Amino acid sequence: MKTPKLSLDQVKHLAKLANLPSNEVLLKQLQSQLESTFDYINKIQSLNTEKIPETSQVTGASNVFREDKVDTSRILTQKQALSGAKNTYKGYFKVSAIFDNE
Amino acid sequence: MNEITEKSIRELIEGIKNKSFSVREVVLAFYNVLKKQETELKSFIHYLEQDLIEKNLQELEKKATRGDKILFGIPFSLKDSYCTAGIATTAGSKVLEGYKPQYNATVYQKLLDNGALLFGKNSQDAWGHGSTSENTDFKIARNPWNLEKVVGGSSGGCAAAIASRMVAFAIGEDTGGSIRNPASYCNITGLKVTYGRVSRYGTIAYGSSLDTVGPMAKSVEDIAQILSVIAGYDPFDATSSPEDVPDYTGNLKKGIKNITLGVPKEFFQSGTDKEVVKTVRDAILVFENLGAKVIEVSIPSIDIGVAAYYLLAPSETSSNLARYDGIRYGQARDKFTLETMRRILIGTYALSAGYYDAYYKKSLKARTIIKKDYQNAFEKCDLLIAPVNPTPAPKIGEMASDPIALMLSDIYTLTQNIAGIPALALPCGFTSGGLPIGMQLMGDMFKEENILQAGFAYQELTDWHKRKPNL
Amino acid sequence: MIEENFQPIIGLEIHVELKTASKMFCGCYADWFGKDPNTNCCPVCLGLPGALPVPNSKAVEWCVMLGIALNCQVPEFSKFDRKNYFYPDLPKGYQISQYDKPFAINGYLVIPRERSESRNPSQMRVSISKLKQVERSLDFARDDKGKVIRIRRVHLEEDTGKLLHATVDGRKCTLIDFNRSGVPLVEIVTEPDIRSSEEARIFLKKLHQIIRYLGISDADMEKGSMRLEPNISVMKRLKDSKTQRLKKDLPQYKVEVKNINSFNFAKKAIDFEIERHITLLKSDEIPTQETRGWDEKKAVTYSQRSKEEAHDYRYFPEPDIPPVRWTGNQILNIKNQIAELPDKKKERFMQVYGLSDYDANILVETKEVAEYYEETVNQGLRTKNQKVTPKIIANWIINKKIDISNVSPEELIKTIAAKTQVAQVDQKELAIIVKKVIIANEKAVTDFKAGKKASLMFLVGQVMRELKGKGDANVIRKLIEKEIQ
Repeated sequence: MKTPKLSLDQVKHLAKLANLPSNEVLLKQLQSQLESTFDYINKIQSLNTEKIPETSQVTGASNVFREDKVDTSRILTQKQALSGAKNTYKGYFKVSAIFDNE
Repeated sequence: MNEITEKSIRELIEGIKNKSFSVREVVLAFYNVLKKQETELKSFIHYLEQDLIEKNLQELEKKATRGDKILFGIPFSLKDSYCTAGIATTAGSKVLEGYKPQYNATVYQKLLDNGALLFGKNSQDAWGHGSTSENTDFKIARNPWNLEKVVGGSSGGCAAAIASRMVAFAIGEDTGGSIRNPASYCNITGLKVTYGRVSRYGTIAYGSSLDTVGPMAKSVEDIAQILSVIAGYDPFDATSSPEDVPDYTGNLKKGIKNITLGVPKEFFQSGTDKEVVKTVRDAILVFENLGAKVIEVSIPSIDIGVAAYYLLAPSETSSNLARYDGIRYGQARDKFTLETMRRILIGTYALSAGYYDAYYKKSLKARTIIKKDYQNAFEKCDLLIAPVNPTPAPKIGEMASDPIALMLSDIYTLTQNIAGIPALALPCGFTSGGLPIGMQLMGDMFKEENILQAGFAYQELTDWHKRKPNL
Repeated sequence: MIEENFQPIIGLEIHVELKTASKMFCGCYADWFGKDPNTNCCPVCLGLPGALPVPNSKAVEWCVMLGIALNCQVPEFSKFDRKNYFYPDLPKGYQISQYDKPFAINGYLVIPRERSESRNPSQMRVSISKLKQVERSLDFARDDKGKVIRIRRVHLEEDTGKLLHATVDGRKCTLIDFNRSGVPLVEIVTEPDIRSSEEARIFLKKLHQIIRYLGISDADMEKGSMRLEPNISVMKRLKDSKTQRLKKDLPQYKVEVKNINSFNFAKKAIDFEIERHITLLKSDEIPTQETRGWDEKKAVTYSQRSKEEAHDYRYFPEPDIPPVRWTGNQILNIKNQIAELPDKKKERFMQVYGLSDYDANILVETKEVAEYYEETVNQGLRTKNQKVTPKIIANWIINKKIDISNVSPEELIKTIAAKTQVAQVDQKELAIIVKKVIIANEKAVTDFKAGKKASLMFLVGQVMRELKGKGDANVIRKLIEKEIQ
């Protein structure tokens, strides 16, 4: 399967999905890099994977849980929680206004 | 003073115990190297000032007697992808410039609990994206053996710091070769552990199903020492293994008589530097002389491994980097480098609607095949041996502009992460131009013990690992 | 002639906050409400670099428990997946949820068929016999089990932080509090089997009741521990009046409605939407597929910024959490943890205590009242007071507005016993009335002699009517039987 060429619009769409800046100069650079990368990656289509199951985890583990207990040792103080943020207000993180969505 | 920095960790601890030298002499010996060489080598993104280290040492002395801290006063460094509370942590990226974590990574906490002394956070490819440490927003680390060559990556700064003797050991991180690659370029020893052997809690994630936390040091003996401190189940990491932690140091001298060493033919492809091939084949002879039986085996899927890795890792990274939105910490996303944005977009594409099956899902199936290949090989032999890098260290700038060449240069280290198996990189010779060459010993899941025994036996007979660069 | 009629097609998506002690993937308090902002967070739920999730075993059990209570299958293999999207209240830039292998699938709930009026029984003041008449008409026939609403899936995920819109220094901004981030949420999705707002309301009440019985959540819509998003479309049905054949025009769209925080608003919002869709369809327009919000003040829905393209969540299996594989025993253990559910309890009350469907329904509405009732009945048995029957106790609790938190079962028994002293009836007067009733009701006597037992009870009823409710029914019955022989 040859990769269909990636249009700039497609790259813009991907950048939007990935919350990356949509500066056109940048995206054009990325477009050509993506195309050549996928030209190589497409090798994987030659692999016969019929009847091969997926392996998402190499641990082989299952049913790893924690007990339903409160762990105060990891709870941060408000000051610690906010310590990395540029914009805060009265204990909240602050961003510019978001309108109704999701 | 020079002698101190050549000693093994065991020798340092014993020397401090029997008062051949003091802990301060040890700390100073290493720190003086740092002061002397760091400007040139740029192996740290951030290192602690001397008086802060002195202060930390004093606190350490107040809190405990030497005896119960098995790494008391031993200087070490961490790749900058480990969270260190109150100490700048960037993962090599401007996106995290100014960030000071609010908690400690488990591996860091364990080392602190055992008395080790942090010198600083090492240079790396941002987020682990790269194998030369050139993809950094900070200074590019230099190879102490030749300042114009790359130090390797992505745990490049760690390798440079150890090779130049600034620290006794470091903790790197290996997702596709990031410990083994720089270890090999810098003539030091580095271990990629079994996936889940060491807790990833507090490790800035690159590829969650591939990332491993591992020790880097001058020798296999040192590696074993550090591994016994950091290995083990962590309730904060659901992928960490409850598998017992064997006595890695105690069993080190068991030797390798009667083991079968497999040589996977696909790891000696054309395109691999002739000197690299010769040096590794010489190492195989050493093992034969030690009593190992050598056979040829095959890992056919190694070629497809590159494509599979460059689908798995970017997919996971595109998701792992989503939290860096500048709201709770860090800077805006436009500060990502081009290389990182490329990987994020590759991953986004591979996971997106309509492409998931052909790309991400396909790579999960490739993983099954790759894992089976290694399983088949380990039915015939105990350990595998191969080169780490197809070539010795390239020049700085040589590969940075060629992403495909960069991808291909990882071919011998990627599949072990996909399969989850452990692999130890150790020095085995030099090029005629004086550049280090490294080999790797691989074992099945949780066979670190056997790998370390073989490595130790090799280092008893050879002294490649004892050589240090002229600085 | 073609007649149009419109059929609403409604599916519900419900989110329920579990009242575990700790959050879904970390040890912060699940009880987040009312705390100072960002004081209930840790590296995991704040999405700090390097943090990792570890699932809460109780949350997983409770999700499976709810699935079983909703008659779902629990597949042997299940896993968590990442749902990737960007929003300021989502600290990791993805939500850990479940995509294609949820904990429970293919269940159902049976709801009583729609009634035209809702009743608040505690306000009814009627005599016992009138109550019995009304009961009989409200019982739905024993072989009509009600309507089946299928449940597609029940899965587990984590909640997001909370956004607050504010103005700071004259500028509009959004404030974020992550105390709620990571709280366990169960999501229940129905098939679009619901056909009216009333059905939706009844379904929600039933679901709410089951959740409260299981004790896994407060499910309080006003506090946000139960959230509802109906998906509504309207199907046009064209009936050819000549051929009587129905042609269905399947809806090409569906509208999701958010911001509903009570059962009543749910009904109103759904009704509003149905109206709105019908109006559009009547003018040959198709309602836009979008998400709308319910404005409770204006009692309308409004369009929320409609997305040009559907979300691409790029789901993939969560690499940081190993999957779940159940053994049959484990699922059985979880099933055994489920105490008697309302429907079963109601059946049992009817059988064991001889209660009507109507009365039993009221008594099992909440677990607290049901348990109080049974405790009182047991107390009654202990006192061996034959006057204090389960039926009488039921009537008291239902009609006399007993405050069950203030009146203990023992106290209630005493009160009832005191008030139901059978009033003394003059034996001579009784004998006369019995004879009178027998003479006045020849047919009933004949019927009873022919074997119709109900006729005897009818006669007893007639005697008690004469006595204005006084007298012991058993004594009267025996007297009548004796007299008839």
